[in-house]
Amino acid sequence: MRTMNRTDSVITVQDLTLAYGDIVIQKALNFEVRRGDIFVIMGGSGCGKSTLLMHLIGLQKPLHGDIFYGKERLWGVSSEQREQLLRKVGVLFQSGALLSSMTLAENIALPLAEFTALSKKEIDQTVSYKLALVGLAGFEGYYPSEISGGMQKRAGLARAMALDPEILYFDEPSAGLDPISAQLLDELIQSLRDSLGATIIMVTHELASIFAIGTHSIFLDSEAKTAIAFGSPDQLLKTSQDPRVLNFLTRGHPERAGQGVRHE
Amino acid sequence: MSNAAALNGEDFNPMTEGLRDGQRLSLDVTRLGVWDSYLMIALIDVMRRCHDRHIGVDTSGLPKGMAALLELSSRVPERTDAIKGVAHRAWLERLGESARSVWLDGFFLTQFIGESATSMVALITGRARFRPIDLWLQIQACGPSALPIVTLISLLVGLILAFVGAVQLALFGAELYMADLVSLGMTREMGALMTAIIMAGRSGAAFAAQMGTMNVNLEISALRVMGFTASDFLVLPRMLALILVMPFLGLYADLMGIIGGGIVAISFFDIPLTQFIQRTSESVHLTDFFIGLFKCSLFGVLIALAGCFRGIQCGRSASAVGEAATSAVVTSIVFIVVADSVVTLICHRLGI
Repeated sequence: MRTMNRTDSVITVQDLTLAYGDIVIQKALNFEVRRGDIFVIMGGSGCGKSTLLMHLIGLQKPLHGDIFYGKERLWGVSSEQREQLLRKVGVLFQSGALLSSMTLAENIALPLAEFTALSKKEIDQTVSYKLALVGLAGFEGYYPSEISGGMQKRAGLARAMALDPEILYFDEPSAGLDPISAQLLDELIQSLRDSLGATIIMVTHELASIFAIGTHSIFLDSEAKTAIAFGSPDQLLKTSQDPRVLNFLTRGHPERAGQGVRHE
Repeated sequence: MSNAAALNGEDFNPMTEGLRDGQRLSLDVTRLGVWDSYLMIALIDVMRRCHDRHIGVDTSGLPKGMAALLELSSRVPERTDAIKGVAHRAWLERLGESARSVWLDGFFLTQFIGESATSMVALITGRARFRPIDLWLQIQACGPSALPIVTLISLLVGLILAFVGAVQLALFGAELYMADLVSLGMTREMGALMTAIIMAGRSGAAFAAQMGTMNVNLEISALRVMGFTASDFLVLPRMLALILVMPFLGLYADLMGIIGGGIVAISFFDIPLTQFIQRTSESVHLTDFFIGLFKCSLFGVLIALAGCFRGIQCGRSASAVGEAATSAVVTSIVFIVVADSVVTLICHRLGI
């Protein structure tokens, strides 16, 4: 995965080191995400998955190394340039992170009103359309605190999609959802990728999701402080020799690898 | 183990004392009735003692549940490096740390003031990203809603000023001059100061709590990803609202204070209303009003800065939000009093 040919990759990460203050979380990360991937960042709790996400979406500055969107550098440029790059990115935070003082419609209209030249009526139509896409048609006037956690997450997704981003980030999309809602969300993610041609990057440790929709992945390890496996989740399960990866992918029963653990 | 009503950990100590190296301790629980976690704690303690003294423990006689719990509690060894000791630190180290945190606080505050100033410039050049509706909502929350409390406090402050002044002035038979005292005191000083302190408690704390909670819910991160900065989207409407609303509230407080003074003058010191009004209008000049109004706007900026700063700095827990609100009020009041002293000194020097 150390290909430095950045022409067809949407995101390229080179020799990235993530740190909180002096404490290094992950180092020497190298990977690229190609157009149309559902790219999974996986690993145990506390290995730095979410920290990596914060760096990719420009909320935290890396200690060392580079992140490229296409051929453009994310860090080491002016904040206006970074903002410009991130305009084609949508993020769904773990809890949805909707602005609690605004209705769902106002939340989704926020980026539309600021960054597009749409009229009031067009914005309203777009908001209704996006809400309908995530199955929340008719909930325009609700406040985030008035709907369930799963609905908040879907509304967060509608907001992340407001500007038709080329890249969608998901932080633990299925965390806190019941199995059926989680599966519906997985299907939604997949159909968004297929119909909008978006590239999906998700941070998760939900095995069901990883195997169901992940096309590529990296596995971060907290002991090694770097990525110890790359490839499609199915492939990793079949071919990986690393006990840490196998333990993770088989819920601690590596001997069952390849015996349909994924349907457990 | 007997079926005594209650056992506690100490009862087990004598059991192990008589044992020597190489002996084995076997546990018989046939007469054990109901047991809970305390038995397990005592048992684990006994096993640790035995282990230290190389005495074998035969756990085969234990009921199934108990054996499983013992196994579970010893499966993951204690992380000795994970225990947070209460490190004893020398007073010099603690002093240094506090000094460092004050320094850092000042550093971040300066940075925050810089960002807010940049947002102000962006506002003037029309590039600031915020929703005008938020400004109206903040004006509503800071202004009209604060009128009742401002009325009460300023009326009482005017009353108190009048009483304190009149008692002293009566010594010279100059009670009439209490009108000067109240009206000048309110317009130049107390109107602005009391309004500011009320607003620090009302709006400053609210700003810190709102923004702190937004921080906890990652709402501020979400805003940043969408291309909005906290200083434009959140600080600007709040600061503008206070700058706009504070002078009006201050003016209203002045009026209320003077009315309070008038009530005392008329009802307790038999000063005719017309005379009170005449003295007031002679003693207070437009400059005095302007000084008061200027102070109000200045305090508005300071309250918004302190409230928003503490809110943005807020940690990611419920108690951190509470601390942010408290600290916002304390910081605002310190700022207000210091700024008031500086302005008063400058006015004195300039002779206005």
